[in-house]
Amino acid sequence: MIEFIIQSLIVTGGLGLVFGLGLALFSQKFKVEEDPRLEMIQNLLPGANCGACGYPGCRQLAEYILRGELGPEKCTVGGSKVVTEIGKLLGIEVSQVIPGVARILCQGDEARSYSRAEYYGINTCNAASQISGGFKQCIYGCLGLADCVKVCVFDALRMSSDNLPIVEESKCTACGLCIKACPRKIIAIFPRDNYVIISCVSPQKGPEVRKACQVGCIKCGICVKNCPKGAIRLEPSLGNLAVIDYALCDYCGTCVEKCPTKSIVNYIKVPVHAD
Amino acid sequence: MDLLKLFIAALLVNNIVLMRFLALCSYVGMTAEPGPALGMGWAVTFVMVLAGVATWFLNVFILQPLGLSFLSTLIFILVIASLVQLVEIYLRKSIPSLYHVMGIYLPLITTNCAILGLTFINQREGYTLIQSIVNSIGVALGYTLAMLLLANLRQRIKHSNIPKFLEGYPIVFILTAILAVAFMGFTGMAK
Repeated sequence: MIEFIIQSLIVTGGLGLVFGLGLALFSQKFKVEEDPRLEMIQNLLPGANCGACGYPGCRQLAEYILRGELGPEKCTVGGSKVVTEIGKLLGIEVSQVIPGVARILCQGDEARSYSRAEYYGINTCNAASQISGGFKQCIYGCLGLADCVKVCVFDALRMSSDNLPIVEESKCTACGLCIKACPRKIIAIFPRDNYVIISCVSPQKGPEVRKACQVGCIKCGICVKNCPKGAIRLEPSLGNLAVIDYALCDYCGTCVEKCPTKSIVNYIKVPVHAD
Repeated sequence: MDLLKLFIAALLVNNIVLMRFLALCSYVGMTAEPGPALGMGWAVTFVMVLAGVATWFLNVFILQPLGLSFLSTLIFILVIASLVQLVEIYLRKSIPSLYHVMGIYLPLITTNCAILGLTFINQREGYTLIQSIVNSIGVALGYTLAMLLLANLRQRIKHSNIPKFLEGYPIVFILTAILAVAFMGFTGMAK
């Protein structure tokens, strides 16, 4: 019996030893010289492997950056700090990035918009939106089932008490995962200094919007008439939805005050130009 | 003639993926594009034939004479894991593009049940060395064939209008099932 145990031990142990030594020799012979900077770039990148750059993970992007095929600004998540540090490491000129932020283009939470049905289904926006356009009166608005919150790897989204997602600007990295997750396409990345956002995407006519929601754009054109810079227009291709031209807008906040349905949101509550 | 029968049986009649339902992980995971699917097929073919030969020698010259056949699971896994490491190191040096395309699936060959399954089939059927090699090649090419079939079908699916709730993996599993039904037609061609 003891002989049997010893034999098993020798066979398994011996084979393990042979394979181990063989692999060690083989790996020495076929060693791949790696650029040490690859490791350094990878460590500088955020390491979230979020895929916002279009590659599976930070390592793949680091390889492309090292080969000079892509600039470090491809990583939108890291922001200007990461970009400048990688630029310094590689000794290349980098363009400065203004980090974006995700904005929710709908304010129709449970309290301010109306439902046309009760939904008892799979608890995701994606599922709900596929059943004849969702349970809300407005077929463009937020369904409030938090697909975007679930997908955010940076913990930057949460639901308000009335079930509307809120972006925490300090945590948002503009990676774009929530944009892909939202079946209504009502999340978009805006430059951080575009403070005034038309928060409605409905192309429906005014009376229909009013029936569905208290805070939708009713295409009245009051913002267009009142904008001192002439930066707002009604876009016919979007069903006369108001659109801000950010090249002209100086964030005075006039349209936010004048909008009868409060469908324009000012993300800096104080106007920059007090005059 | 017997060897040809054995080959056909391993390739089509007892196709490792579609008739024995082994290696479904890499089968579904690596077939998004035909290129990587073929690469995976070659890697598995290489490892399978090597594993088939190595385990045959171990089985016949060490395990059976000593009456240690009960150790075969452990030893076979050891052999396969070492071989996969070997292939990985070799690919990384020689064919980096293939290495990058395979990514996580190359280490996963270590735990690819098709390879372990093949070594057990060889052991159970008591094949000679030549028969083991032929069987290994047949099984591996059967795997590659199944991979390529599915990869090309998935290319076609990309351009067709399938119901939204079937998009992604559900339609892949339905395809797999239909392919398996088609492969049942080979039953009886050879044993």
